[in-house]
Amino acid sequence: MKNENLYKYILGIADNSLILGQRMGELCGHGPSLETDIACTNISLDLFGQVRSYYQYAAKITGDGRTEDDIAMLRKEREYVNVLLVEQPNRDFAYTIGRQFLFDVYHYMFLAQLQKSHDVTLSAIAAKCIKEVSYHKRFSSDWIKRLGDGTQESRAKMQDAINGLWTYTDELFHMTDADTAMIKEGISVDVSTLKENYYQQVKSILEEAILEVPESKWFQKGGKQGIHTEHLGYLLSDLQYMQRTYPNMEW
Amino acid sequence: MSPRALLRAKYILHDSSLRSKSRGLNKMITTEQHIDEKLIPILETVSDPEIPVLSIMDMGVVRSAVLENDIVKIQITPTYSGCPAMDVIGDDIKKALKEVGYNSEIELILAPAWTTDWITTRGRKALEDYGIAAPLDAEADKEVLLGDKRIVKCTNCGSTNTRLVSQFGSTACKAQFQCEDCQEPFDYFKCLK
Repeated sequence: MKNENLYKYILGIADNSLILGQRMGELCGHGPSLETDIACTNISLDLFGQVRSYYQYAAKITGDGRTEDDIAMLRKEREYVNVLLVEQPNRDFAYTIGRQFLFDVYHYMFLAQLQKSHDVTLSAIAAKCIKEVSYHKRFSSDWIKRLGDGTQESRAKMQDAINGLWTYTDELFHMTDADTAMIKEGISVDVSTLKENYYQQVKSILEEAILEVPESKWFQKGGKQGIHTEHLGYLLSDLQYMQRTYPNMEW
Repeated sequence: MSPRALLRAKYILHDSSLRSKSRGLNKMITTEQHIDEKLIPILETVSDPEIPVLSIMDMGVVRSAVLENDIVKIQITPTYSGCPAMDVIGDDIKKALKEVGYNSEIELILAPAWTTDWITTRGRKALEDYGIAAPLDAEADKEVLLGDKRIVKCTNCGSTNTRLVSQFGSTACKAQFQCEDCQEPFDYFKCLK
């Protein structure tokens, strides 16, 4: 493939949205209330829409007739390069909100930079997505505050979720080989430069929510290299079931 | 101006980005629509499948429509990335044009990204009449959705004594509100800029 680095770079962005979209979609019909159920599935829908734009572009780059569906549905676990954070399961609503919040803050900052990419397609997708993500971020931040500054029980659960997910945050700022290669062409975002601002923003909202900022310095990594937690395999078996069982099926 | 020219001007004038462009504030991307005047009445018969009172023209999703060698080439832009209505809208456009003898090609474009500013005044009125509160500007929208201010008017009784129920409503583009006076639950079309 001629543009292999660009292809890999796009997957690095898009896989996060696909896997997080699938996690939020799992709550369809299972949200804690009708309103939150609808909100989670709306966020899921936004993310899937964004993923389609990225995968359509990636499919075009391969030049071998691959489609967006092939990329989404027919890769093996090790070929997905999403961060570990987004594949973490919906243990309870606090985990769902915590995962969304920790990703949204990053996602918004990332898209703001991607808008400046020299690649016109990526910059157009970013300009489109950032409008939607601003609502995701507002939604998850509000819930962090509502649960953190809520009852004793909601606060304990929210704190537990933040503590549990914290170890997956640092990976967001790791550069992959494709990231580095694309920086030279003015296409990619140097995510390592977003780190300081990210932790500041997260900290300020956690403090507003009267939650403690975890002090742990031990961080997990591997997702960007295709080494995942045990949760991804189960997620993919669900996501890919129809295509694997009835190859080439269409709606 | 001829009635047709007036019609065309109507779509362009509601494009506030374009107005700011004329003041030299927006040099990056052009937001002008290129729509062949004789296609306008046909395109106006096509509506958003999820908000049937709103034509796709009033919605501002048609960015260009030109006749080239007997084929109508149309560019549409999604309101939201995951909007499931886009495929249906594309099919409905093709059908409407076919009925009057045109073949067409539909292209989905992402830039410039759609904004609620592109909804026409007629479109805003149609939304209100249908029971969906029309989008405020970005700042007001933020205050409203953060619960700081009560500006969204009840579509049933007109009261501004309304509360946000959820930032996400029946579709990605809407939030849920309830009127504290008449108790009517209603949708608010979120501002997207």
